[in-house]
Amino acid sequence: MRWHPLEIVFWLCTLLPFVVTPNYLSLASQIAITALFALSLDLILGYAGIVSLGHAAFFGVGAYTAGLLAKHYFAEPLSGLLLAAVISGLVGYATSHIVVRFRHLALIMLTMGLGLLLHEAANSASALTGGADGLQGFRVPAVLGFKFDMFGRAAYAYSLAILFLCFLVCRRIIHSPFGLALRGIRENATRMPAIGAPSRAHLRKAYTVAAVLAGIAGAMLTHTTSTVSLETLSFGRSADVLVILILGGAGRLYGGIIGAIIYMVARDQFSGANPQYWYFWIGLLLVAVVMFLPNGILGGLSKFFQPRS
Amino acid sequence: MLSSLAGVLFDGFAYGMLLFLLSVGLSVTLGMMNFVNLAHCSFAMVGGYATVSLMTRLGWPFLATLPMAFVTAAAVSVVLERTLYRRLYRSSDLDQCLLTIGIVFVSVAVFAWFFTTEQQSIQVPDWLQGSQQVAGMTFASYRMFLIVVGLAITAFLVLFLERTRFGARIRAAVDNQRMARGLGIDVDRAFMFTFALGGGLAGLGGALSIQVIGLDPTFALAYLVYVLIVVAVGGLGSIGGSFAAAVVLGISDMAGKYYFPWLGAFLIYLVMVGLLMWRPQGLFGKR
Repeated sequence: MRWHPLEIVFWLCTLLPFVVTPNYLSLASQIAITALFALSLDLILGYAGIVSLGHAAFFGVGAYTAGLLAKHYFAEPLSGLLLAAVISGLVGYATSHIVVRFRHLALIMLTMGLGLLLHEAANSASALTGGADGLQGFRVPAVLGFKFDMFGRAAYAYSLAILFLCFLVCRRIIHSPFGLALRGIRENATRMPAIGAPSRAHLRKAYTVAAVLAGIAGAMLTHTTSTVSLETLSFGRSADVLVILILGGAGRLYGGIIGAIIYMVARDQFSGANPQYWYFWIGLLLVAVVMFLPNGILGGLSKFFQPRS
Repeated sequence: MLSSLAGVLFDGFAYGMLLFLLSVGLSVTLGMMNFVNLAHCSFAMVGGYATVSLMTRLGWPFLATLPMAFVTAAAVSVVLERTLYRRLYRSSDLDQCLLTIGIVFVSVAVFAWFFTTEQQSIQVPDWLQGSQQVAGMTFASYRMFLIVVGLAITAFLVLFLERTRFGARIRAAVDNQRMARGLGIDVDRAFMFTFALGGGLAGLGGALSIQVIGLDPTFALAYLVYVLIVVAVGGLGSIGGSFAAAVVLGISDMAGKYYFPWLGAFLIYLVMVGLLMWRPQGLFGKR
């Protein structure tokens, strides 16, 4: 699959924060992490059609894995990233066997239930996870010799590089025959086996890959902030990432990234002291997107620019 | 041990009545139109805050505010149904979920703006406070009141749906919408009315629950899970199923909190996931 010139321009633009807004680099690294999380949800929701209201489970597993490793063993981030990917992938693979059996309301309820279950488990096991206070008391000093400092240069470079690598993986998957089969399953899950694409096996693979990517995103949050809060597993985070993806446009590789940029920048600018009122605008935006922009911002844009035939 | 067991059963039953009031409307509308309304608990919150503001700002007596809680929540739910929900009847589950989550977020923020994020409290009449001695055991008066109200409303709903012409139309529309349309039943109107009734009952539940579980703007999200469990376990569109599921959930939640407090809400979620895996259509679901 050839790169569109706009894609190259977009990725070059992601380097701009280093020069243009050096005071906002920690925000930029948060955006990159959120974008990776949204990208992982896009893989299962946008492409495979699995609606999940509990995707934060994998984000949280990745975050806690990286945090526990850094706290009790060693604080080298890349190995933490790898371990987080493996553990969240295992959790994803285990739950994928349950998730792919259901559709519609039962699927939504089940993903939400599994997410809440994990949240409660982490809350109860406070000896291991720190409970409601979160996991604290560790520091991840540097990645490959670059120090994480208060300006966030290393943090942004680190999260951007990982985001780009994961994006390449996703792009390759989407344009492979496997990616095509996923879209076929999304459209009609009973017809695909007839042409030799086993629906459930494919969905399990996609779900596991998405869990791995979400776990990596969670681990990066741990590394760049040096804390893990219980909020990483919360229902709110699952809902947020869904909003971000829908806002940007599901089923498009750049939907999650665009959504993350808009959402995070808007939150940084408007939320101020009171997060409750921020949710007013998010709720309103969500209603507006569902009513008027069913394919998100990217879907609206591409419709606008495409000549009507 | 035995008296504590009776106490847990009694408290759980009263709690189950609350959950039944909160969720029965969602069960019927979800079964009827297949509309995933995650904002159902926002309607309950509307009823709860209607009661709070009537009592604290206008000095109404508690019992007089209950019908107003019903009416306010019913009115709000009809307005939303006419303006937003009806456009999405044919959309995907995802779109319906997103729209209604959006409404939940907005309602949480709006109530936080007008009523602050503090827990609201009300003063119930003297005869509902304290407790009564029955057969050597002590029962809280307010919970007895809850059980009476819950059973009365269940009886009313069953009679209404089973014995009246309008109830027959609603049942027909739940069972087979196309056939009902073919027989000349105005499904749209039946649905609007059912929606108002369901929203109103949720509002009543919200008003009654202030004394037991409190009321703050996060109510819409915190009790959503319980309501969804009742609906999913009871099966869509089934009054009896919702009643049974609400009672089982209320009692097991109380028992869990009483006997295994360290598990927290973990047990409830585990029960929900297990039941969903076992019977995705609900214990009493037909389809």
